[in-house]
Amino acid sequence: MMPATDSQNSSRLTTADYGYNSKIEGEVVHTRVDAALNWFRKNSLWPMPMGLACCAIELMAAGASRFDISRFGSEVMRFSPRQSDVMIVAGTVTYKMAMAVRRIYEQMAEPKWVIAMGACASTGGMYRSYAVLQGVDNILPVDVYVAGCPPRPEALLDALIRLQNKVGREPLLKDLKRDSGPAYYGKMKFDLDTKTVQTIAS
Amino acid sequence: MPNPTTSLELAQQLQAAFGELVSLLPSFRDEVSVQVQSADRIQEVCRYAKQALGFDLLLDLSSVDQYGDDPRFLVVYELYGLAHGCHLRIRTSVSEEKSELPTVSTVWRTANWHEREVYDMMGIRFGGHPDLRRILMWDGYPYFPLRKDFPLAGKPSEMPDVAFTRLAPLEGGPFVTSPGAKDTIAREPRSRTPDA
Repeated sequence: MMPATDSQNSSRLTTADYGYNSKIEGEVVHTRVDAALNWFRKNSLWPMPMGLACCAIELMAAGASRFDISRFGSEVMRFSPRQSDVMIVAGTVTYKMAMAVRRIYEQMAEPKWVIAMGACASTGGMYRSYAVLQGVDNILPVDVYVAGCPPRPEALLDALIRLQNKVGREPLLKDLKRDSGPAYYGKMKFDLDTKTVQTIAS
Repeated sequence: MPNPTTSLELAQQLQAAFGELVSLLPSFRDEVSVQVQSADRIQEVCRYAKQALGFDLLLDLSSVDQYGDDPRFLVVYELYGLAHGCHLRIRTSVSEEKSELPTVSTVWRTANWHEREVYDMMGIRFGGHPDLRRILMWDGYPYFPLRKDFPLAGKPSEMPDVAFTRLAPLEGGPFVTSPGAKDTIAREPRSRTPDA
């Protein structure tokens, strides 16, 4: 170490100058419980890659080195729905696949979120067709929609950051069970008869 | 290297072997087509084309809905010979009442899935097919979507726990071009009813 001189001492900041004394506070950071839990959650959103069409190629690019989704803590693509937090629906959802997508969503453990990636997953896209579901929000509650055909990986990363902001604002303690959350954020139920997603008011 | 044979010669050999059953259609841009008059005998014509004429590859098997005409359906076989490099198209007509013709999956095994697709999309059955199930839509889907009388927006259907379909919003469409119109403004895709 360099010997400290008086002039250096006067200009150097220490932790004491920030009002944080490790001797007294013992490496403890004060925060709210839900802020801390949300911070844990939002920085490790493990995706369930629901790759159904060409958008999945951009999803893979987002996971590769040039765009590197791991900068945002979401590099762990889980092909098991039990271990994943956010389903990224990347591509055209056909009616044949719709029930399978719904079932995989139901197998994911709470809390869970959905990103609809690209025009097809958001609205059916260019497929005004007998075979294509006109938007995955017909069967799932979608948190973030991404425009594009396909979206660039940057757009997916932007969607992920928006989802992180949303997760960071969630009233987690009031909502440890989604059934007890406020109505606008209530539990979503898929009604098999009408094929619509309904919000169950608490 | 010039081909030792041409498609036309091979088509004439096919015609000579089957006489009245096979007729040569006018060729279009050097593409040679033959029509098989009786769809019930398509299998033996195809077997002869493969075994005697060397058409060992079935490139495609498709169907056309000539809605309003009788017979309604046309089944088209695109053949190719790897050794002689010649193409041949075989067509045969199937009426809507019958909607059935023999399979050629016993001649070319690749025809298995092609015939399933034709069955799925057009509703033409193939007698003697080893596994005639739908290939794209699910078992139990009630319509044949590539038929001309099936609407572009689809039809609602329901199969509990398997799949459902709903009408697609066409937003004023379908948007149809007029290829023969005099300027680009008139040729542009516009909302037109399919009959107009």
